[in-house]
Amino acid sequence: MMLIAELTQKAMRLGVPFAVHVDLTWRCNERCEHCYLEHDDQGEMGTEELLNLFDQLADAGVFFLTLSGGEPMIRRDFWDLVGRARALQFNVKLKTNAVLIRQAEAERLRSLGVEQIQISVYSHRPEVHDAITKLPGSLERTLRGVRALRAAGIKVAMANVMMRSNLADRKAVAALARELGATYSADPTVTPMITGDRSVLDLRIPGSELAGLFHDNELVGDVESFCAPPPPVGDAELDGLPCSAGHSACYVSPYGDVYPCVQFPLPSGNVRRQRFLDIWRQSPQLLEVRSIRMRDLPVCSTCAHMGICTRCPGLAWTEGSMRGPSSADCEKSFYRTGVPSANMLARGLVTFPSGIAETALAAFAPGAHAGLGLIQIAPLPQTAA
Amino acid sequence: MSATYIARSTAVAARRLGDEMVVMSALDSTLFSLSDVAAVLWESADGRTPLDQIVRDRVCSSYDVDHPTALRDAEEFVRALAAHGILFVSEQPIEAPGAQAAAASGSPR
Repeated sequence: MMLIAELTQKAMRLGVPFAVHVDLTWRCNERCEHCYLEHDDQGEMGTEELLNLFDQLADAGVFFLTLSGGEPMIRRDFWDLVGRARALQFNVKLKTNAVLIRQAEAERLRSLGVEQIQISVYSHRPEVHDAITKLPGSLERTLRGVRALRAAGIKVAMANVMMRSNLADRKAVAALARELGATYSADPTVTPMITGDRSVLDLRIPGSELAGLFHDNELVGDVESFCAPPPPVGDAELDGLPCSAGHSACYVSPYGDVYPCVQFPLPSGNVRRQRFLDIWRQSPQLLEVRSIRMRDLPVCSTCAHMGICTRCPGLAWTEGSMRGPSSADCEKSFYRTGVPSANMLARGLVTFPSGIAETALAAFAPGAHAGLGLIQIAPLPQTAA
Repeated sequence: MSATYIARSTAVAARRLGDEMVVMSALDSTLFSLSDVAAVLWESADGRTPLDQIVRDRVCSSYDVDHPTALRDAEEFVRALAAHGILFVSEQPIEAPGAQAAAASGSPR
């Protein structure tokens, strides 16, 4: 096991919040069409409140601290906050659009010991990237920031959210990342607005395009292995945790709200009213999240994909139940392997040619390996069932 | 025999996790897991206290080990961390480890 995985397991055993994501603000200088945040400031935490929060997080044992937003660098106290975070010896990762980063800012981030900076780049073409961010000139400024950071010796991870409007550009963005010395990751996940509004999900790439993505060696590495039928499910998988959200990781909003994860907006307490550690240890919501094992998921525990599924409990929660399936991940599992999920079968989203239904269903039971290649699938609805 | 002083680099992330110390270099993202005894040395690396004194006062007083053995192991340990740039070792007190870390970035002893 990798050291980082061992440490995360140990943090879970000890009840330590090893990784915390703090959004310093939801305000932003861009207006990305897929963004899940409300950008108007509704009373975000001030400098002293955030500094106090950082002190509490260090005392609680947090090691990985992700600072994000909104655009975190538009805060006037940004440098004070990063300086304190580093003085407290967090491993600081920054998520930014890099629009405000020039040589001086890059060198300052380097001198502070910020370990990695994640920057969203949607396309290599300004007309596509800028149309998504709704900020003219943003691609040029973002790439200027990437170059400055690389020149300063800082690791840069270029993250590409793949949507209908930029899907065609993904290979060119990957090439651009290589050219700039940045790592590249692509993700087709578009999440509902934190307010619950699901209209942004229309931007998701159609399911039928996912198969192409998952069978692209450049994107997934070894396609044969990545797209292999799911392995049999045993007790180890059934006793496993859905994900680290609420177990060794959590999220704090600019207003002090604590959630299990930024993608799991279940209000679990507020650091303006309670100590962080009290919320972490005693919040009924976090305790409920921690109580769930894979075998407790009524649909997913019967699914052939259980051992390899990327199921997001936060997305499941936004669909109606933290114990339910995450339809977008069901779709990904299906297009990855050709094997429909238990959720898809239960909801009648998969139809079989006449006469083979029983055979097909048996083949897709947990532990089965066969994919018949005879399936027709209807698109999954993007709203809760 | 000259004294040895040790100081933590500021270009690291570090946190106690139970009985071990987790340290990650911001320079190359190398991750270290230090045992309980190693964590004592790490936490005592203030640049002012001689290694010999740290070993005598904080290691030998708490663990069942003789001083020469503990000191030999400690010297080996701090030089290994220094090779990774996360600890600085000097025969003189290190007054401003942060400044030294910045100046010596990439070329630790």
